[in-house]
Amino acid sequence: MKHRRLLVLAGVVGVIALIVSLSVAAAAATIGAPKVPNAAAIKKKYGGQKITFVGDSVGNGHVRDAALAKRFTHDTGIQVTVEPHSAASDQAYSQLARAFSEKSSSIDVAMIDVVWPGAFAPYLVNLKPKLGKQSKLHLASIVANDTINGKLVAMPWFGDYGILYYRKDLLKKYHYSAPPKTWADLFTMAKKIQTGERSSNPNFAGFVFQGNAYEGLTCNALEWIASAGGGHIIDNGKVTIDNAKARKILDAFRAQIGKVTPTGVTTYQEDQTEHAFDNGDAAFARNWPYQYGIGATAGSKVKGKFGVTVLPHGASGKPVGTVGGWQLAVSKFSKHPGAAIEFVRYMTSPPVEKFDAITNSNVPTIVSVAKNKAVVKANPYLKPAIASVSRVTRPAKFLGTHYNEASKVVYQGINQILTGSSSSQVLPQIKSKLQQILKSK
Amino acid sequence: MSSVATPAPVPRRGRRRRRTKLQRRQTRFAWLLLVPALAVVAFVAIYPLGRTVYQSFTDQEFLAGITPTKWVGLDNYHQLIHDTIFRDTVVLTIKFTAITVSIEFLLGLTIALVVNSHFKGRGIMRAIMLVPWAIPTVVAAKMWLWMLDDTYGVINDLFVRTHLISHNQSWIVQHPLVAVSAVDIWKTAPFVALLLLAGMQVIPNDLYEAASVDGANQLQQFWRITLPLLRPAILVALIFRTLDALRVFDVFQVFFGYRLGSQSMAVYNQSVITQDGHVGYGSAVSVAIFLIISLFVVIYVTVVRVSDE
Repeated sequence: MKHRRLLVLAGVVGVIALIVSLSVAAAAATIGAPKVPNAAAIKKKYGGQKITFVGDSVGNGHVRDAALAKRFTHDTGIQVTVEPHSAASDQAYSQLARAFSEKSSSIDVAMIDVVWPGAFAPYLVNLKPKLGKQSKLHLASIVANDTINGKLVAMPWFGDYGILYYRKDLLKKYHYSAPPKTWADLFTMAKKIQTGERSSNPNFAGFVFQGNAYEGLTCNALEWIASAGGGHIIDNGKVTIDNAKARKILDAFRAQIGKVTPTGVTTYQEDQTEHAFDNGDAAFARNWPYQYGIGATAGSKVKGKFGVTVLPHGASGKPVGTVGGWQLAVSKFSKHPGAAIEFVRYMTSPPVEKFDAITNSNVPTIVSVAKNKAVVKANPYLKPAIASVSRVTRPAKFLGTHYNEASKVVYQGINQILTGSSSSQVLPQIKSKLQQILKSK
Repeated sequence: MSSVATPAPVPRRGRRRRRTKLQRRQTRFAWLLLVPALAVVAFVAIYPLGRTVYQSFTDQEFLAGITPTKWVGLDNYHQLIHDTIFRDTVVLTIKFTAITVSIEFLLGLTIALVVNSHFKGRGIMRAIMLVPWAIPTVVAAKMWLWMLDDTYGVINDLFVRTHLISHNQSWIVQHPLVAVSAVDIWKTAPFVALLLLAGMQVIPNDLYEAASVDGANQLQQFWRITLPLLRPAILVALIFRTLDALRVFDVFQVFFGYRLGSQSMAVYNQSVITQDGHVGYGSAVSVAIFLIISLFVVIYVTVVRVSDE
């Protein structure tokens, strides 16, 4: 009796799993991955080889990777196994670091964050001889970021930069004709909208961003400080974070915690930000472009009600956006570097970037794709007025393998400021720790 | 714990010479049988521990190969003494341990007494009480994080509706120790109850019957019979929980990440090695944590021995 019930249960679970996997496969199939150019020649040279790709795990990323890998395998005969990396980028970093330090051949192609090339360069194949020509199609600034000591250690795959999401309907309701230009404007507008909306929605917040003690806060803080003319944390190899302009803007943000932002914003990451905004509980949000795709899909509470624009700036500055994004790199310990490079060539080609931008609202790193009409239509943040914003980079190139450690010092300190410590007390501490790290390098 | 199988009756010193051939052969055979077990212990416990201690005297980096590893003597330990962040994590972890273990013990004892008594549905009750313990800690922590959410959390909603608090709190930011302790207590009080229940069930019923005949009331029976006979189980439960609480990682990691002032010892240790990439210094932190936890073990074992005599 018991056994029979168990069998029935197992059967039901099995059927459900089958349906789910079939529908996922069907979804992937309908997108339609682009064909591999020059497939016959690649097949002749590398067909039958097996490579492993450590790829995306956020949003629709893995489905996309699987679909592209399947197409590549079908066309070239190179077997690609796709393994999603950890969704938290600092954990993905440790996993790769462990594999590289053990000289493991288990990874052939890996997805690399924009701040990692310096740290991983000694373990990556120089792609310049084979992909140098294709790299010229990509944004020069990102190619420069991926070039370490003259070697192209990674190919740009998709980009990212911080943008401001705002509620068009609420701006109109409270008689604002345009989104805020400065942070002070944003706080004033957020306060007014929040006060008005609270009567009907007690959970409503004026502004949400990523304030948790993690990598995302380094990105947010860099935008605040740089947009106020306070430098880029480290400039020309010197620590510049402790200056009057930085102190002022950080104290201005601290003063808003629990006022126009929820107190819990100091625990928010991208997910919580997106959730609050797309649930209709925030007037403004700072996030990466991927949130656009989620907010614009059917079923979102803010579909058609929100717009995107450049982030506000400080009293004496201009709007900026922190550069994020991902590259593809080939491990030096790969047993099939030739096949791996062909896979990277395909994945970073214009048709694939176009496909990714339209289906996943990821920012293309290829200039011509970013200007493509169909792509811009699907992703309004690519409009020149927004996309031409000054992009600021985290100080990875000065720090190399010590980037993660330095970023931790920054986000821990900024998080302390947001939770109540004064910037004049914390910034000197951050400065001296960063100087120590630079010296120990 | 101390009952490691002894190869053969250990002969007293004076009688050593009188051991027969057979005895000696038996002893040798017993040692032979123990070799695999000892090898496993050496491989899984002594080797990693020894390696950690060795690494703590070097400047090894996570991405080794870029800089060759050097012997740096006591440098890492010098640095550790002045590491105020580590000091904060030790204080916080000990506070957390004191709070959770004491409350878990009291709650666990209460639960065990309840489910040890005879009532209808006792079997179901015993199964239900273990549910929190059966949920993986990371899953439980994620669930609680959502329940404690400052905007959408059910806990704030419940407390505000019942007027326990006037407005929503950000538990993670404003009351970190309360939040994290609540999860741990919810999850592990049933485990303590289970250990104590096992202890209660081996107490012979005759004792209670005799006590009733002698006119002892329930409270007297609890103080004079249950508690003294439960002592071994209590000590086991306390040792388990204390060591577990001192090495807490998952709840803190899920709740606070690398937030300064809210890191447990283990979280800090992990961040030094995998985030900062300092394997050498991280090993020194590991050794320090090992010594702190050993200290607690020594205290407990001494207490057990003293009270046994």
